[in-house]
Amino acid sequence: MEENGGIAKRVVFVTVGTTSFDALVEAVVSEDVKNELQKRGYTHLLIQMGRGIYSPTKCDGADGSLVVDYFTFSSSIADYIRSASLVISHAGSGSIFETLKLGKPLIVVVNEDLMDNHQCELAEALEERKHLYCARPHTLHQALAKMEVESLVRYTPGDGTPVARIIDRFLGFPDE
Amino acid sequence: MEETHCCIYSKMASKCSIDLFVISLTVVLMVRVLYVMYRCGKPFPKGASESFSTLIVLGSGGHTAEMLSLLSVLRKDRFTPRFYIAAATDNMSLQKARTFEDSLADKAAVKEASSQFAQIYRSREVGQSYVTSVWTTVVAIAHALWLMIRIRPQVILCNGPGTCIPLCGIAFLFKVLGIRWSSIFYVESVARVKKLSLSGLLLYKLRMADQFFVQWPQLQKKYPRAHYVGCLM
Repeated sequence: MEENGGIAKRVVFVTVGTTSFDALVEAVVSEDVKNELQKRGYTHLLIQMGRGIYSPTKCDGADGSLVVDYFTFSSSIADYIRSASLVISHAGSGSIFETLKLGKPLIVVVNEDLMDNHQCELAEALEERKHLYCARPHTLHQALAKMEVESLVRYTPGDGTPVARIIDRFLGFPDE
Repeated sequence: MEETHCCIYSKMASKCSIDLFVISLTVVLMVRVLYVMYRCGKPFPKGASESFSTLIVLGSGGHTAEMLSLLSVLRKDRFTPRFYIAAATDNMSLQKARTFEDSLADKAAVKEASSQFAQIYRSREVGQSYVTSVWTTVVAIAHALWLMIRIRPQVILCNGPGTCIPLCGIAFLFKVLGIRWSSIFYVESVARVKKLSLSGLLLYKLRMADQFFVQWPQLQKKYPRAHYVGCLM
């Protein structure tokens, strides 16, 4: 956490992934959500907006309000997640697991406009295990209001060892 | 008069023999298909082979991350050489696979040229019209066939993208025709919690996957032949 003019910098990083998700961008810059974020001590709002056409108003926070900034794409999303205190993400499994592995509090916002919306399955299953919070664009404010970062359970990453063991046995390789 | 009779008889005889040939060929093929289906999913005897040539089908985004997570724990000397295939519209996945292979080469003890990379045409891009997709499907299948003839893998690893379906179909055909016996391992994506993807459902129902893995216990309950293996990520 950097010191910035005496106040600790606490960044909220928003990511929409490789496509566009304007409903999420509009939701995070709504007055309700910005106020709630500020109330909770966050100082910066940084948005990765992808191919979206809705550009939020940038704000340098000179009047003591939340600093708002955005960009379209970056090859180092992991660095932004690492430096964030809270991540608000689309429901793609890549972003979800990248955030969970870095141990950052996460709110996943499901895109209701997608036709084959199986992605909410993953977010809801992980919410059930208390690894993250799940919301829709119009319920983001409520999700933030009832969010208790301390009650989230740290995610233990899995790996391919069980799959590898079964494949090896199937192909007749000796166990190690 | 006799000549015509004779002619008719010989025609009938030749017709009969053609029929007989077609029928016996069909029977042989059906028996072979049934045998292949019976043999699928049966494990190899201990020490069957030192190594297997392996085809890895990559999909975009999360799929590739999951596949690389699996590859990182597989013994590379057992799965060699490795062929990576991704959709022609997806440049990221092959690049990630190359980075992964390069990181192995750095660790040494990996033979040179143990990996190759190829792109495959997709039968239908998102938003493409169904009329033009008939033609593109024909091209995609021909391309998949060409790649499979060249690679003839003994092991196929896939985890969801639609591009694995023509490849697995051709692999099944190769088994029936005795061109190459391959084992198909399918890992359903971690994003599938309650329902299988279309690719997963096809491979499960048609029993084309030798071993089928799911990452959520709910799915294993619905599809009992699957192995529940926990999250790959």
